[in-house]
Amino acid sequence: MTAQTAPSPASTPVARASSDSGSAPRSGAPLVALEGIGKVFQNGTVALSGLDLSIREGEFVSLLGPSGCGKSTALRILAGLIPASRGAIGWAGGGDAEAHQRDIGFVFQEPTLMPWANVADNVYLPLRLRGVSRRAASQAIDSCLSLVGLEQFAKSYPRELSGGMKMRVSIARALSLRPRLLLMDEPFAALDEITRFKLNDDILRLQEEFGCTIVFVTHSVFESVYLSSRIVVMAARPGRIIAEIDVDAPRPRDRDFRTTPAYGDYCRAASEALHGAMGYDEHL
Amino acid sequence: MNVQTRNPAADPATHPADSATLALTTSDDAPRRGRDFTLALRIGLPLALFAIVVWSWETYVRVAGVPHYILPAPSRIMETMIADWPLLFGSLLQTLKTTFLGLSLAIMGGVGLAVLLSLSRAIEYSLYPYAVVLQVTPVVAIAPLLLIYLPQETAVLTCAWIVAFFPILSNTTLGLQSVDRNLLELFDLYGSARPKWAPRWLGSFIARVKALYYLRGPAALPYFLGGLKIAGGLALIGAVVAEIAAGSAGAGSGLAYRIIESQFRLNIPRLFAALVLLSVTGVIIFLAMSAFSHMLLRRWHESAISQEK
Repeated sequence: MTAQTAPSPASTPVARASSDSGSAPRSGAPLVALEGIGKVFQNGTVALSGLDLSIREGEFVSLLGPSGCGKSTALRILAGLIPASRGAIGWAGGGDAEAHQRDIGFVFQEPTLMPWANVADNVYLPLRLRGVSRRAASQAIDSCLSLVGLEQFAKSYPRELSGGMKMRVSIARALSLRPRLLLMDEPFAALDEITRFKLNDDILRLQEEFGCTIVFVTHSVFESVYLSSRIVVMAARPGRIIAEIDVDAPRPRDRDFRTTPAYGDYCRAASEALHGAMGYDEHL
Repeated sequence: MNVQTRNPAADPATHPADSATLALTTSDDAPRRGRDFTLALRIGLPLALFAIVVWSWETYVRVAGVPHYILPAPSRIMETMIADWPLLFGSLLQTLKTTFLGLSLAIMGGVGLAVLLSLSRAIEYSLYPYAVVLQVTPVVAIAPLLLIYLPQETAVLTCAWIVAFFPILSNTTLGLQSVDRNLLELFDLYGSARPKWAPRWLGSFIARVKALYYLRGPAALPYFLGGLKIAGGLALIGAVVAEIAAGSAGAGSGLAYRIIESQFRLNIPRLFAALVLLSVTGVIIFLAMSAFSHMLLRRWHESAISQEK
């Protein structure tokens, strides 16, 4: 159950190139490992201390925890958006982290779209920054937009879209570079429940089609159980991992999974771990 | 459990949905009529007020027999405008030339400096205070000095530039800084990769230029256009102030100079005619800037989007 950093020789060899568009491997080769990551902000806040987490190829890992437990911070460190105070990030295949971080797609809590650009140009941004011409990128843009079901809205502007649609544009943008690792920082927290359910199904389908690894920050127990192959429960002050729960329910999952007894069991287990994280047992 | 599927087409005469549709239609119509009415009022009321004022003015001058060198009647002003048109039009062109040249230079200087300030803290710290000093010193007080050191046309142009420059600089600077933080992070993630051959400082400079082009520039556009709207009017004011300051020196030929000249010669109808031309010019500049701004922003910026009801 704990993080395993060494590649186990018994694990099935998985082609690292994204050639396999079939079902995502449940537990592939190690992709990246955070080793003893600590983060102290300039104002002295200890956001993370001694965080060990290893992500395997094709996994869907949820970071679940109360606010202030450093789950977003961990995600940002993984993406290279902020430096860690101590510890190391080890990528499969070695090499410096910067090179690997170019293979990351990131989705923020807000859609974070450019209001002056239409949907297609918003999705084009990462490619444009990599120097891909608009002509060469057009097919990638179209396929990303159809992955999230927005192909008819390529010429729309963000203000003309609903909150859920904006978030799907944001996801399409993160997919435009065909990342091996997709990091999502509470992407659906600001959406209503109906839209969130819909997007949860979308993201599961995307992972099936796309075969990328996803690390997903959330504070919703139900969302984490529904989506994840592994839930990492974190506690605050200082931010640390207190439990890991493997969700062994079969994939692909659909709405019916929510009505199975296993779903209920996992939700209960995750809730109990979360209560522990929030220190409820100390008050009893 | 009683789940009822609504089908308004099934029984249109008695179905409650029908009356709902009816109510919707009326409530949909009412605000539209209201809007049209508001528009008519917004155009009609000021025009009516204008007509009343002009008519009262005309009547007062005629009835009281006010001499035209004290207060000319509107009709007299119109006659003068037509009679003196070649002279006034020449002056108008001169003032317009100063205004637009001043405004263009202010745009170049303001935007250019704002970009420099956004690229380097050192430049920002050293230059910005002086831009403020330039702005807060009343231009009327600088104009006589400029007229001593510079040829008259250049001095007038410089005045127009000084007053139009600051709103563009300050607004554009603010705009360049008001990019969504998350977008900048996204940019770090996707855009900060520096070429292998570049040293670190050059890499970060390239990243800054890219961020400027892709994110800060477009984000600053609404702010810049807001500054431009103010600057357009101010450039005209600056040009007029400088012309008036230069007026006694004699060689000018702009509209403000005509006003001074008419005052000396007690040609009050011409003074009024020149004044009317100046006002109309100011209004046209403002409308042109607003239309330009609307054209650039109408697809995406909140300020340019009409309220949907």
